[in-house]
Amino acid sequence: MSQFLSDARQLVRALPQGTHVLNACSDRYHFTVGLAAALISGRVSLLPSSQAPQLMQQLAAFAPDAICLSDEADDSNALPRVLDLRGALMNAKDAPAGPAAQEVPHIDAVQLAAYVFTSGSTGRPLPHRKSFGPLIGCVREGASRLGLAGVARWAILATVPPQHMYGFESSVLLALAGGHALCAERPFYPADIAAALERLPRPRALVTTPVHLRALLGSGVELPAVDLVLCSTAPLAQQLAVEAERRFDARLLEIYGSTETGQIAIRRPTHTAEWRLWSGVSLELEADGSRARGGHIEQPTLLPDVLEMTGSESFLLHGRVSDLVNIAGKRSSLAYLSYQLNSIPGVEDGAFFHAAESSGSHTGVARVAACVVAPALDAARLLEALRERIDAVFLPRPLLFVARLPRNDTGKLPLTALESLAAQAKSATPA
Amino acid sequence: MRHAAAATNVEALSAEVAGLIVQALNLEISPAEIEPDQPLYGEGLGLDSIDILEIALVVSKKYGVQLRADSGENTRIFGSLRALVEYIIAHRTK
Repeated sequence: MSQFLSDARQLVRALPQGTHVLNACSDRYHFTVGLAAALISGRVSLLPSSQAPQLMQQLAAFAPDAICLSDEADDSNALPRVLDLRGALMNAKDAPAGPAAQEVPHIDAVQLAAYVFTSGSTGRPLPHRKSFGPLIGCVREGASRLGLAGVARWAILATVPPQHMYGFESSVLLALAGGHALCAERPFYPADIAAALERLPRPRALVTTPVHLRALLGSGVELPAVDLVLCSTAPLAQQLAVEAERRFDARLLEIYGSTETGQIAIRRPTHTAEWRLWSGVSLELEADGSRARGGHIEQPTLLPDVLEMTGSESFLLHGRVSDLVNIAGKRSSLAYLSYQLNSIPGVEDGAFFHAAESSGSHTGVARVAACVVAPALDAARLLEALRERIDAVFLPRPLLFVARLPRNDTGKLPLTALESLAAQAKSATPA
Repeated sequence: MRHAAAATNVEALSAEVAGLIVQALNLEISPAEIEPDQPLYGEGLGLDSIDILEIALVVSKKYGVQLRADSGENTRIFGSLRALVEYIIAHRTK
């Protein structure tokens, strides 16, 4: 802790003039030192969702005075102003620390702490303001829901980057706000994650995503017991949640939120389908989504999800608005159908989607397509199992068996990738 | 003689691993099109981190090799098909 405070203050001295810090550090300790240095000196942190050169340049254009904090040796992002954080800390080792170096700084709740970004429809990143008070308020509420608000000091290991809103909240801020220990590394391979977890004292928590969980459970690596598994970013298949709880001997909690709102709800999927809202947060159903406001939410935000309130602080998630399916007067959503597909034993991964040329049938009814990873099942058995779960109008046409789904880095499935899968299958089999 | 036999093994395994990669990632190329010294990650074949995770899973199932980045060898292992195959030969348990 005293090392951390002194590192943060040393870094403040090394920062050039300017009010913005583009924090691209991949090591979570470095990232957090950078964040603290910015907070102490009244600077605003910009959190890049990836280090793609185009995005980095767009962010530099958004805040031309920004200095980019990096801890990568070969930083090829080609920004004009880059500060190697490790070098800055190394050089500062000789400088004497002032008497106030160990003092825990006071940060004003209204201080603008960070900008996080979503990809705008124009291709330009959209900034979202994050003030310190609401950020901390949100993770404090989360800590109490997670069972991390007691006297125990946890060790937190995350497989998501600290710049991603979920990683930012559930690793960096959760540790800062609750006095927990943060694992600096971001292990990648299942064997690395297992080994890194094993090294941590208990209680220990794993902050991860469905993609990483799937790889971890499928790898055959022996998994150490943990005390909590947190999952977010994409819907988690029920059987994956069950297996994760069994293999880790831990509770698995799923977080619902968005970059705009931060985390707003939580559930334990093995126990209930119902999400519990953060206190003070409300959701209102609108024609094209659900508007979230109140609590720590700084800007009321329309979430593109179809929700059903089941109480003043609880709801069911029925999928994304753009996922809505209407076939012959029957309504469902791609998310719901995909969820059902993934709940079938033998299905490793699967997704429904709107096929580009889905009106191929003679009746002109637009069907939904699905692709699935299920090496142990054949089409007949899979369709039979689906038929038990969903209305027959939603049975996929075509149903494509694939080796893996074209998921991107965050586990999401771009529609274009699904469409090209479908197109390939079409050209491979005679009509 | 031993050298010749070893070279054949490397070649056979390279073809097999290339086939696994193409199959696991559903790539639209034939296994023979993966150049032994072409980078797998980023440039070259252009695989992303999720692909690498996928290959790691397949390799662990098929050869009993758990890939590790902790060792600092990660960049080298996925530096090329040849490097990956050499790593598998050195660490395989089945």
